[in-house]
Amino acid sequence: MSAVLPSVAAKTLPSDAGPWRRAWRRLQRRRGALVGLACVAMFIVLALFAPWLAPQDPIATSWGAIRHAPSAEHWFGTDEIGRDVFARVVWGTRASLLAGVVSVSISLLLGVPIGLAAGFLGGWVDGVISRVTDAFLACPFLILAIALAAFLGPSLTNAMIAIGVSATPVFVRLTRAQVQGVKVEDYIEAARAVGNPPLRIALRHVLPNVTAPLIVQATLAIASAVIAEASLSFLGLGQQPPAPSWGSMLNTAKNFIDNAPWMAVWPGLAIFLLVLSFNLLGDGLRDALDPRQR
Amino acid sequence: MESARSDDRHSTSPHRPPPVTPRRTTPRRTTDMLDYLVKRLATLVPTLILVSMLIFGLQQLLPGDPAKILAGEEQDPTVVAYLRTKLHLDEPLPMRYAYWAGGVLHGDLGESIRNQQPVLELIVQKLPVTLELALLAFAIALVIGIPAGIVSAIGRGSAWDYAANVFALWGLSTPNFWLGILMILLFSVQLGWLPASGYVSPFEDLRANLAAMIMPAFVLGNAIAAVLMRHTRSAMLQVLSADYVRTARAKGLNERTVVLKHALRNALTPIITLGALELGTLLSGAVLTEQVFTIPGFGKLIVDAVFNRDYSVVQGVVLVTASAYMLLNLLADLAQFAVNPRLRR
Repeated sequence: MSAVLPSVAAKTLPSDAGPWRRAWRRLQRRRGALVGLACVAMFIVLALFAPWLAPQDPIATSWGAIRHAPSAEHWFGTDEIGRDVFARVVWGTRASLLAGVVSVSISLLLGVPIGLAAGFLGGWVDGVISRVTDAFLACPFLILAIALAAFLGPSLTNAMIAIGVSATPVFVRLTRAQVQGVKVEDYIEAARAVGNPPLRIALRHVLPNVTAPLIVQATLAIASAVIAEASLSFLGLGQQPPAPSWGSMLNTAKNFIDNAPWMAVWPGLAIFLLVLSFNLLGDGLRDALDPRQR
Repeated sequence: MESARSDDRHSTSPHRPPPVTPRRTTPRRTTDMLDYLVKRLATLVPTLILVSMLIFGLQQLLPGDPAKILAGEEQDPTVVAYLRTKLHLDEPLPMRYAYWAGGVLHGDLGESIRNQQPVLELIVQKLPVTLELALLAFAIALVIGIPAGIVSAIGRGSAWDYAANVFALWGLSTPNFWLGILMILLFSVQLGWLPASGYVSPFEDLRANLAAMIMPAFVLGNAIAAVLMRHTRSAMLQVLSADYVRTARAKGLNERTVVLKHALRNALTPIITLGALELGTLLSGAVLTEQVFTIPGFGKLIVDAVFNRDYSVVQGVVLVTASAYMLLNLLADLAQFAVNPRLRR
């Protein structure tokens, strides 16, 4: 008897497993999402182990190696002041990943509580929050981020704040809409009926049930934030020279496009791959976590 | 022709209104449209006021004395004193906002510190260039995105569908400034077909204007084409499985009529709504595209203003962009109202 039970348990696991485990199984069936996940993991490894993977100093200039084409010594070539492009691309991963994760964390930290309050409390609180959100959404994302970065001053930290604040309204609106759907469910009514205080209901019963779409949106928002950081750095409002950043590398590269095209190819390719990875992962997560797929 | 009209009359499309005589429909439709416009304007005005507060509030982010910062590096005491009076910096914040908003309502967006020109005048000078770029980009996006979406939906699971989806992922993941640089490398440096930068007015030389604008417009339209392709594909897939499309096929209509006349017409509603949201991408993208191709438009104006610490210009550009974005969304809503009878009920 005891030998039978584990096998029965193993067979019934898919239906008994929790929603997160089922979502992970569905994600594993999506090849694109797995490729995205593997690429994101590769970029994380690049960022964490940059000193070992690219031992050349990314800011050390060499007047004897100005705009050298890719070679065994310099895999991706050198830039206009002889810096190794491979080292700068590898070290630049840190700025891009950091900007993506920190900006979206700011958006989540601001957007989720505000959206939760709007959706859960309703009434005038919802009215005020919705109107302010509409005002933010009326300003195109990058234009608002440029304006914020301009007034805050050019730096990677300010760029991350600007991107995070500019992306917040999307999370406010998403959380509000999800909360409005969940708060009328029977189990919320039941939680209210047994005497749970509103704050406890909001945090313990409503919030956990709106996390899936937030995770999907956060993943896709990281892709947008990476492009936004590269855009701000391209305009000179993000990471400041000589620190390596893919956007600022492209800004310099466009002046040498006719005689050193490699300066533009590699940082652009890195942005493209990182953004593509997050988009693939986000699309896969949406399919895996969308309740309509179940 | 007559049979096509007959088909429309008997169509089972859920988007069609109940049959009414044209004489009664037109005035009713106009009144409904006016009601809808009034309702939308009633929500637009408070949002616009909040947007103006937000943009005015940006000035409060400046560390230290705004007059000294706005006066530039030299901080000429005369300029500082002039700015202090002009911006009412000695008065409470709500009063300062009231003065600023009053000026905006009279078309006074401030003055550029860089060249002492009214901000509105600068914007009016640059706006046509960006509008031309945006219109060309949107046209390219429509020409690529909608047919790609239709082909992808019709041939779901085919090589065309796969190719269209790869194109969409490429469009969504490629930074437009990188694509611009790559296109300059190919078409200007390697092939020498198109100019790498600059702008020629279409009234001076239309051919030179199009040669200068085709690459930036493609770069800007690429990402929007990808989004439109995805929206069109998903809207078409939904519509193609509807009963009235099956009925149209059962009646023996050819596939072209079914797809273009019955399916696409009904799929257009979500495409218009979601496409309108991309207008923001268009305006944001113009900033970077103009920077790459050195086009003297709206986007270049804001970037130059940022580096010259010309904050009145930054505020003015953001205000005009936000207002234009809201207006374009309103127009998209009205277009949706016009094509979707269910909204008029």
